[in-house]
Amino acid sequence: MMDKDTKELKVKEKQELASPAEQTRPGLVFTPSVDIFENDKQIVVLADMPGVQAKSLNIDLRDNTLTLNGDVEPFEAADEEDVLIEYEVGKYYRQFSLSEVVDQDKIDAQLKNGVLRLTLPKVEKAAPRTISVNAG
Amino acid sequence: MIYRRLYDLPSLRFRSAFDQLDRMRRQFDRIFGEDTGTHRGMFGAGVFPQINLTEDADRFYVRAELPGVASEDIEMQATAKNLSISGERKITSENDGVKYHRREREAGKFSRIVTMPTEIDPDRIEAKLQDGILTIRVPKAEAVKPRQIAIN
Repeated sequence: MMDKDTKELKVKEKQELASPAEQTRPGLVFTPSVDIFENDKQIVVLADMPGVQAKSLNIDLRDNTLTLNGDVEPFEAADEEDVLIEYEVGKYYRQFSLSEVVDQDKIDAQLKNGVLRLTLPKVEKAAPRTISVNAG
Repeated sequence: MIYRRLYDLPSLRFRSAFDQLDRMRRQFDRIFGEDTGTHRGMFGAGVFPQINLTEDADRFYVRAELPGVASEDIEMQATAKNLSISGERKITSENDGVKYHRREREAGKFSRIVTMPTEIDPDRIEAKLQDGILTIRVPKAEAVKPRQIAIN
């Protein structure tokens, strides 16, 4: 068990995406931090995407490639002037290859407080089965 | 803290002056595969959370990215010139039996004091947490606001 009660959060720089293709629109693209875990039934992806609203988040799954694409509107009003800028704002983009077949109809995505929770249920037949071997 | 010293030079707007340079350096770092973790902190305090501070005529705006932090887990205090933000980011542990492929998100406590460039009005600070972004609207003290002077 981690002693997360005492741990201090450290500054983690946002990782800029080494872009796979050129952007059509200018602007920065960052890689969201993710947790990915699975159990027998499902794969769960948690992604930190602060500033992304549900309507501007695009999740795409095709050919076993999962793409997360979140647009961020600039927060600042036009008449605000920068005084101190420590982090930059840009969209989020990340792709994953899934090794499991996912039940596309039962995918569930929740976006809360800037964190996406994406549940990808495995297709029934891909769930592992224990095969008992009888001694003959 | 270096940025406080920079405030004494009103002509220096480091966003515009260093932004391009910084971006270029980051690109170089990436090409050569070096750690990109440190140089941005040159103007930051290196304390979580990172903040962006902007201003208009009446207010300062402090913004921080706090994804997954509940509003009840954030505490803020203000004095005439300082704003303190502290709290805890909690990540609920998942049920037993899950196997992690990636674990990049971190939980923990944070605490930061931001010194404002001028005096502020601590009684009228408003804060809002939306989509993981904390926005604090900090009114400037009446004494430091620019005033229109009418000519009789």
